[in-house]
Amino acid sequence: MELLVASAIGVLTAGGIYLVLRLRTFPVILGISLLTYAVNVFLFASGRLTIGAGPILNRYEDLTYADPLPQALVLTAIVISFGMTAVVVMIALGAFLGANDDHVDDIDDTEESAQ
Amino acid sequence: MSLFLIVAVPFLGALLPGLMNSAGRKACAGVTFMVTLVAFVGLLSQLPAVLAGEVVQARVEWLPALGLNVNLHLDGLAFFFAALILGIGLLIIAYARSYLARGDNMGEFFTYLLLFQGAMVGIVLSDNILLLLIFWEMTSLASFLLIGYWKHVVEGRQGARMALTVTGMGGLALIGGLLILGQIAGSYDLSVILENREAIQASPLYVPALLLILLGCFTKSAQFPFHFWLPRAMAAPTPVSAYLHSATMVKAGIFMMARLWPVLSGTTEWFVIVTTAGLLTMVIGALIALFKHDLKALLAYSTVSHLGLITMLLGTGTAFGAMAAMFHILNHATFKAALFMSAGIVDHEAKTRDIRLLGGLRKLMPITFVIATIAALSMAGIPFLNGFLSKEQMLEEANRTVLFGAPWLVPVLATVGSLFSAAYCFRFIGHTFFGPVRDDYPAKPHDPGAGLWLPPAILVVLVIVIGVAPFLAEPFVKLVTADVLGAAAEVPKAYFKIWHGLVPALFMSIIAVVGGFLMYLVFAPLLRAWDATPRPDAKPMFDGVIAGAVALARGLIAPIHDGAFTRYAAVMVLAVLGAGYYAFGTGVVGATAREMQPMTPIAVGGWAMVIAATAVLVVMHRYRLFALVMIGIVGLMVSAGFVFFSAPDLAMTQFTVEVVTIILLLLALNFLPKRTPDESGALRRIRDAGIGIIGGIAATALSFHYLMRDAIEGPISAFHVANSYKGGGGTNMVNVILVDFRGFDTYGEIIVLGIAALLIYALTETLLSGPVRARLLNRKPDQAFAGDAHPMMMVVLTRVIMPIVLMVGFYIFLRGHNEPGGGFIAGLIVSIAVVMQYMASGFGWTSARLRYPYHGVIGAGVLVAGLTGIGSWFVGKPFLTSDFTYVRIPPFQEFELATAALFDVGVFLAVVGAVMLSLESFSRLARRVDMVESEHPMEINPARDDPAEDPLNELRKARTETA
Repeated sequence: MELLVASAIGVLTAGGIYLVLRLRTFPVILGISLLTYAVNVFLFASGRLTIGAGPILNRYEDLTYADPLPQALVLTAIVISFGMTAVVVMIALGAFLGANDDHVDDIDDTEESAQ
Repeated sequence: MSLFLIVAVPFLGALLPGLMNSAGRKACAGVTFMVTLVAFVGLLSQLPAVLAGEVVQARVEWLPALGLNVNLHLDGLAFFFAALILGIGLLIIAYARSYLARGDNMGEFFTYLLLFQGAMVGIVLSDNILLLLIFWEMTSLASFLLIGYWKHVVEGRQGARMALTVTGMGGLALIGGLLILGQIAGSYDLSVILENREAIQASPLYVPALLLILLGCFTKSAQFPFHFWLPRAMAAPTPVSAYLHSATMVKAGIFMMARLWPVLSGTTEWFVIVTTAGLLTMVIGALIALFKHDLKALLAYSTVSHLGLITMLLGTGTAFGAMAAMFHILNHATFKAALFMSAGIVDHEAKTRDIRLLGGLRKLMPITFVIATIAALSMAGIPFLNGFLSKEQMLEEANRTVLFGAPWLVPVLATVGSLFSAAYCFRFIGHTFFGPVRDDYPAKPHDPGAGLWLPPAILVVLVIVIGVAPFLAEPFVKLVTADVLGAAAEVPKAYFKIWHGLVPALFMSIIAVVGGFLMYLVFAPLLRAWDATPRPDAKPMFDGVIAGAVALARGLIAPIHDGAFTRYAAVMVLAVLGAGYYAFGTGVVGATAREMQPMTPIAVGGWAMVIAATAVLVVMHRYRLFALVMIGIVGLMVSAGFVFFSAPDLAMTQFTVEVVTIILLLLALNFLPKRTPDESGALRRIRDAGIGIIGGIAATALSFHYLMRDAIEGPISAFHVANSYKGGGGTNMVNVILVDFRGFDTYGEIIVLGIAALLIYALTETLLSGPVRARLLNRKPDQAFAGDAHPMMMVVLTRVIMPIVLMVGFYIFLRGHNEPGGGFIAGLIVSIAVVMQYMASGFGWTSARLRYPYHGVIGAGVLVAGLTGIGSWFVGKPFLTSDFTYVRIPPFQEFELATAALFDVGVFLAVVGAVMLSLESFSRLARRVDMVESEHPMEINPARDDPAEDPLNELRKARTETA
């Protein structure tokens, strides 16, 4: 099971990095979203993987639970990352509407084509 | 008055001049004067205690963990400097009131001046070196603002920048030096450091600390070779030059050396560096001053020279030297401030400070002449004036000092310095005031009003009083000296007298004065010789160094930071990978401690979907709409994974966020191209894929590594598990952590979320008020609109479902403390319900029914959460302490009331407001001129592109035909 989660984090990271390195804003935003998933799962996994033991306290029995702290941190991270994605999308949109260009690189075309 | 107040009064008072600006110049200067007077009187109220030898203290802890505390103390040395700062400050303020022209912004000037004053008083009263450093940096900043006060003057701006660069750099060095000192002594309190002389001087870090501290002191006090900034700071208005650059700020370096004298002095390093720097500065400064034509430049270099003199006296490391230094600080402050103000008067009245255009002012400005002459003669070292006394002491000390094994070196150089000093004093008097009256002054000079001459006159009275009756100053100077020396040495017995008998110092003094007068007599040929001698100029060198630093920084940064985002991103990823690899390779890796849990078919299925969706997304990402579908799958599978791994709250959050994120991206995609052009070559793609794959492998390896091992320490969440119900009153530990244990974090997070939403709103407003608006309004949509933009099925369904969804949200909210749910999730669910109304019934219809603006909802949320936190103050608990109780209102079941629930209401409101404001902003961009704002959203859109294709038309036609 651990291998599945670890490899999923890896695949999401790899895809995220690849898309972040694209030249237009939209794929970069998609890449950031993938990286967000990867990072959130990564943080969540720092509490180790637990199946069937949600962090809901049982008042009458002494049980073991999934680590609640990474969950709480990741919960806010998910909401915040929505806010951040929205801001980045807005900036990208403003740039495109203002300049009719959605390149992420601010260098002139001659340099870019030389790359 | 408490020491806190003495320091705080100038800072608080700095608010006033700006406010009084419109009340007139007199009020503005008056209020500044009063502020300084209050601080000064407060200081004087401590005089009895200081005279009794007490050290007045005021201490309050600020960041005790860092050793940073607001510890103030007032001993003789601190009192001396504080009195100089505030006393001369009073005179300067009175003088500046008359000096500043009508067009100058007086409020701005006095605000800066008071800021400076407060920072300066802070330096001398600080007992904590970290606090001292804060004030130290503030004086550099205030000095920058004051030197550049006349913003239209190029020299002023350049001089301000140079002063800031040099003193700021020194300040950095000083920070390093003082931190080392604090580390050695084990405390950042000066009083403790000063008791650790042996430990500090024995430490191997003594020399680095000394060098760094001296670098700070020398730059601040304009010691050679850092003296060049001071004359260029003279572009400032004269009150600033008189205050900062002769009486106070440049003495901060001296103060620092005096303050640390007990622990730093007495070593060979201290003696050689400080004495040599002081001597060189003294001689070079005096020599340059002699040949300056600008009165203020002459005085500036003379200040450099005198600061060198004081530095040298501190450098000798004897008690007598320290006493002479303190005495000379007092004397120099009186006569030099008077001289600066006189120069300012001449400039103000004759409209020039060029000594070559002046002369003969003795008859035209008799009052100014008397004041300036007495002050200048004191500086030259003429008997019965205070400058003579401290100069005699200096020469006496020089006579006993043996530097580099040559007993003649220091006395000769000191005499030469005094000689040049006498010469420029005579030149200052002679060339400005004596000689024939000229008829080509830029303005007809005459004595100014009392506002300008009274402040220097008061100082000149002091010059004479101390000069004639030195025994008056003696007890005070000795008191100050005792505090400089600390436990390191005894205060010398020597009396302050005008006549010491035929001692060597007297002969040296006579040589200096007579020689100086002779130099003055043969000044013309000397000047020709001086002008013919090539000399290095500091400004081009300084500019060269700055240009070199800039070029170096460019050379380093430009290849990486060339404007290409993709390049930074690649560099950053590779750097992180490299650093991670290094850390992993050098760290200690524990053995595998956990068993791998068996894979289940369902888990493998979910995993396969994540992998497949990601792979398809990466390959097909250029089809943007399709890519959104793929990313939706990834998000859903991640939510499912959270369910699988016992994180129900996370699953609900991820799922709802997924919905709003996709809506957001769809809204954005409405304006963006639907396809990403194929523009990167195969090589580039292989390169990027390589970076991505390496990153992916690294992430996999790291995750797998720690998933298979236990944490070194047990998880801190053991505390949360144990206290969630007992302390927080909830069984859903994730929610209790969010609203209780780490409520302050959550509070910060909802604020960040609110700010993000407001930022989006602001950006939308900006776009819609600019040229983009026209383009948006006349945009041709690249896809045909649907005939019924608001399908009846959807409208009816969403309206029916709305109350149900709201109730679900309410339910989720209420159960949050004990079962999965809570403010975040409920907020997202309610947002989705509202968004569905927008989608189904249209923007116009929905916003017409909107009662509260979303900004207000965000604000209300943050406010509710904040007030809940503040509420705990009223019962004497820290911010956000929660409380709960159980109530039972028949016929309901017993239920729980917790303040944390109120906090969660705040979270809920902030989330709803933020999500809705973001989405609403995006959809506002989509509104077009020809869009119909219909009250009846189910209407057929008449603006549709091709009505002929509407199947309903066929139907209508058939109907009319049959009718």
